[in-house]
Amino acid sequence: MITETLLIWTARFFSGVSVRWVDSQPDKCQRVYFANHMSHLDVVLVWSALPTDVRRLTRPIAAKDYWESGFIRRHLHKVFNALLIDRKEIKVHQSPIDLMLREIGDTHSLILFPEGGRSHGEEIGEFKSGLYYLSKKRPELELIPVHINNLNRILPRGEFLPVPLLSSLTFGPPMWLEAGEPKTEFLARAREAVVRLRDK
Amino acid sequence: MIKDWALLGTVLGLLTAATFAGQWLRRQESFELDQNTVKAFNSRVNTWWFFSVVLGFAFFIPYLTVFLFFCLSFSALREFITLTPTRAGDHRALFWVFLLFTPSQFLLVARDKYALYSILIPVYAFLFIATRVALAGDCQRFLERVAKIQFGLLVCVYCLSFAPALLFLDCEHSDGDYGNARLLFFFITMVLFSELLQFLGSRLFGKHVIVPTIDDSRTWEGVLAGGAATAVLGLSLYWATPFTAWWQAGAMSFLIAVMASAGALAMAAIKRDRGEVTSGTLIEGHGGVLSRIDAVCFAAPVFYHVTSYFFAAQS
Repeated sequence: MITETLLIWTARFFSGVSVRWVDSQPDKCQRVYFANHMSHLDVVLVWSALPTDVRRLTRPIAAKDYWESGFIRRHLHKVFNALLIDRKEIKVHQSPIDLMLREIGDTHSLILFPEGGRSHGEEIGEFKSGLYYLSKKRPELELIPVHINNLNRILPRGEFLPVPLLSSLTFGPPMWLEAGEPKTEFLARAREAVVRLRDK
Repeated sequence: MIKDWALLGTVLGLLTAATFAGQWLRRQESFELDQNTVKAFNSRVNTWWFFSVVLGFAFFIPYLTVFLFFCLSFSALREFITLTPTRAGDHRALFWVFLLFTPSQFLLVARDKYALYSILIPVYAFLFIATRVALAGDCQRFLERVAKIQFGLLVCVYCLSFAPALLFLDCEHSDGDYGNARLLFFFITMVLFSELLQFLGSRLFGKHVIVPTIDDSRTWEGVLAGGAATAVLGLSLYWATPFTAWWQAGAMSFLIAVMASAGALAMAAIKRDRGEVTSGTLIEGHGGVLSRIDAVCFAAPVFYHVTSYFFAAQS
């Protein structure tokens, strides 16, 4: 509880974040928040931007190799109830999608970063197919695009000390996988939804 | 002590009058002033309220005032750097700017180490930033990047820190311990009052815009009217200041008004150049501290040094 509050306020202080919901409302229904990925802070920031009751039901997907190294990170990922995915060993019988679906059941929501890793520059990279397979198995999940702005300057790649600038976080309107929509088209549409929030 | 209450009372009276005027204007529909003007007027009055309440504490706990100015500085600087494009190579330099130089400056102000805080940023931070950015190994537009960081640090931190530094200025005419709090209160009141009057003057009888390419609402008439009104208010508050003659209080107030306009103009140039590209969503939730304190930033070091030169106790 105390660590949670502390973590949230530290994240808010260093990121100077202003949160906006554009054509969208916070809700406790099952959702998948997908965002562009620029910084390690992204995971904590999106999670902490949600209202408390929604946040308690939301689990960020995070990389196992990063969040299991070091004492502090190992402790932290428990605080925000992260779902750790092993990026190195993806086995057929233990696919991350099945793991995610099993973990969320019918109550929890997910935060994921479909670019797979942090993007290098300002541009948002191509989305990996995880989001598509997730929606294919559970088409009723609401997909919420999230755009994170300026966080790459606050904690860029390869840095471990943050510079407390200002950032913004925009939640967009929900979208779904259309029946029979091809994978590439869906992923392009999802990416476009995030890009569109940048200009709003 | 009586003077403290008298000054507080006067300012409170002025503020209340301004607030009522603002509310009255808001209800007038068949008036030449449009609603945006009224809104801008009211937001300036609110800034004034904010500062007056904050500075009210200065009479009781000077260190708290220094701390609050530190918070203002910090917020202004993060807005400034957010609006300014920097490169990955500046990251480490920026880290030290935010977490070492900014707090140190205010710590030194609170400890009254003039010899150190007057050169910390222009000399040591300046040399440090250039070195640290060079060490990062990115030479693209090196000079431009170093200059941007240095400018931000000078305006948002160094210049602003001279406002709380007034609390520790050794004036001949300060009676008792709290005389300096009155000086700071006088200074801030003059800055905000001059900006308010300048704004009103420009709207009411402004004809000649000073620099249309930068700020299309600031006119010569407004600046002069604001300066004159501020000088008159300064004259009438002469009893609250350490100045030895009534005309000196007036002249100092006029100087404050001129510097306040200069500050607002210079910051308008930066905002105009950067446009609303990033400011839109990023600054939105933070109220735009930078544009509220630009006038204070430019007026503070000049007021401090002129006061110190003419009126400080000779030691």
